[in-house]
Amino acid sequence: MARITLDHIRHAYGPKPSTDKDYALKEVHHEWDDGGAYALLGPSGCGKTTLLNIISGLLTPSEGKILFDGTDVTHLSTEKRNIAQVFQFPVIYDTMTVYDNLAFPLRNRRMPEGEVDKRVHDILSMIDLSEWAGRKAQGLTADQKQKISLGRGLVRSDVNAILFDEPLTVIDPHMKWVLRSQLKRLHRQSGFTMVYVTHDQTEALTFADKVVVMYEGEIVQIGTPVELFERPRHTFVGYFIGSPGMNFMPAAVSGSALVVGDQQIPLEGQPLTAPNAKLELGIRPEFVRVAREGMPISISQIEDVGRQKIVRASFQGYPLAAVMSEDTEIPADPRVTFEPAGLNLYADSWRVEAGGQQ
Amino acid sequence: MNKTWNNKAWFLVLPVLLLVAFSAIIPLMTVVNYSVQDTFGNNQFFWAGTDWFSDVLHSDRFWDALVRNLIFSFVILAIEIPLGIFIALNMPKTGIGVPVCLVLMALPLLIPWNVVGTIWQVFGRVDIGLLGHYLRILGIDYNYTQDPVDAWVTVIVMDVWHWTSLVVLLCYAGLVSIPDAYYQAAKIDGASRWSVFRYIQLPKMKRVLLIAVLLRFMDSFMIYTEPFVVTGGGPGNSTTFLSIDLVKMAVGQFDLGPAAAMSIIYFLIILLLSWVFYTVMTSQDAKS
Repeated sequence: MARITLDHIRHAYGPKPSTDKDYALKEVHHEWDDGGAYALLGPSGCGKTTLLNIISGLLTPSEGKILFDGTDVTHLSTEKRNIAQVFQFPVIYDTMTVYDNLAFPLRNRRMPEGEVDKRVHDILSMIDLSEWAGRKAQGLTADQKQKISLGRGLVRSDVNAILFDEPLTVIDPHMKWVLRSQLKRLHRQSGFTMVYVTHDQTEALTFADKVVVMYEGEIVQIGTPVELFERPRHTFVGYFIGSPGMNFMPAAVSGSALVVGDQQIPLEGQPLTAPNAKLELGIRPEFVRVAREGMPISISQIEDVGRQKIVRASFQGYPLAAVMSEDTEIPADPRVTFEPAGLNLYADSWRVEAGGQQ
Repeated sequence: MNKTWNNKAWFLVLPVLLLVAFSAIIPLMTVVNYSVQDTFGNNQFFWAGTDWFSDVLHSDRFWDALVRNLIFSFVILAIEIPLGIFIALNMPKTGIGVPVCLVLMALPLLIPWNVVGTIWQVFGRVDIGLLGHYLRILGIDYNYTQDPVDAWVTVIVMDVWHWTSLVVLLCYAGLVSIPDAYYQAAKIDGASRWSVFRYIQLPKMKRVLLIAVLLRFMDSFMIYTEPFVVTGGGPGNSTTFLSIDLVKMAVGQFDLGPAAAMSIIYFLIILLLSWVFYTVMTSQDAKS
């Protein structure tokens, strides 16, 4: 268990990076708490696996240092860092039994056989494979194999951190849910620092205390699920998290109001923005009210998604989505209002704090 | 269940059937034909029953050649398989080294067999051969044309030089198919170099190794060209393997009956041994 400090880390795969574009991972400078559950969330190629491999020691960063509990481990090998990692595809030792697979990391570290047996049985019951203990690992199904991989990651009790690299990709949906809850429970019991890489927002938001959103090699926001939802720091976070994502539309500031097309939307304070910045208004579909009052919109489509419906509309020529409960009536002449709490202003894709400072 | 019978389907099988008939079945039947009859030319044949078979099976000459051949196959498998695995493990996985190594490895396989024989025949000669000459200068009494041990060493080294590449290439193909995550996981699990080999690399190479062992066994068991060119089966009969003996009998002495009987016995031995190898090596799969 350890606090992980990422000290001005950058990484480029090619030799001699010169411009920012050459870096697969742009500067990361953060400290992650001991015992935290972090999720690295982002689309493919955003650098999340690069960051994970830097933490696990499979990659040495081009620049910067990584510290566990204040000790520099940048140049330590994976084994010496004492971490566990679970990969996207199941990695099992075919010729061993399920039991031996789980015992392998412990036996390699010369743990007495009595303790090995106890740990392995704990893990076996946790991943629900007790009856399969004596079976050769080879003939198992993909999700059983992945459970073994997960189990091997969890079996050691002295690890600094457990890293998960999209571990539930090959697991079927029901099992995904079960395993995720088990991981969450295990995290609470054990207090391991866990880092979980995924491109699935549901997985990230349900697993993690803190979600680290990455975009084009950069960490755009670290926050709790609520913060990511209510106050996305970057337009990418707004767009990537939530279903449907945040609505964005070009805007201009006029006094303490926002101007979109020929409509004025009042703000609580006067935002301070750079003169030439590209301004955008961002509002989550959950904060858009469609009723008889407000600004005119034209509705193009209504999608029924069970308990809710999604209204697709056009507002001042820009697409706008609104989420409303299933029984809300939509008037013939629909108009729209934005809840002030849900209004966000973005300058060059970064959020502008209301009342002044950027 | 209702099956639709469509006899036209047989036409699709016909080309393969014809090919196999002309390349394998008909020649084999000719051999069977010779093996149970005696002939003195003029297309006159006399029924000989199983006489030729019992002659062959009671001759020391046949058993000696068989034992020599088994020892030869055993020795080259014992050298080439571990050596091939070792080289494959140490070959580069990325970079310019890969094509260089692959081409170097493929070279011996591209050389015609009789040329391989000629190369080593010249290479080992004590008067003009690089190897023979310098071994002599170093004070080693080496002469493959007179000393049976030297002849064996030469033939075995030649075979190792010629065929280890095949084992290397097959093993290498098995090794590069292992995803990186396996090695990373092994590192994280704290596995030793030996454990990585034992639990990751060897299991993944098992299938190609099976093929390598089978191919090398079958090839070495019917080896003819290279030792024939180098030693001609000598000195004495010391490097006369089954196929060399067979050709001597059939072409040299024109004993077609015994030669045909021997061919069939030879064929059955290879079939049997290959089956045994295959069964033993795949039996573990069946168990799990």
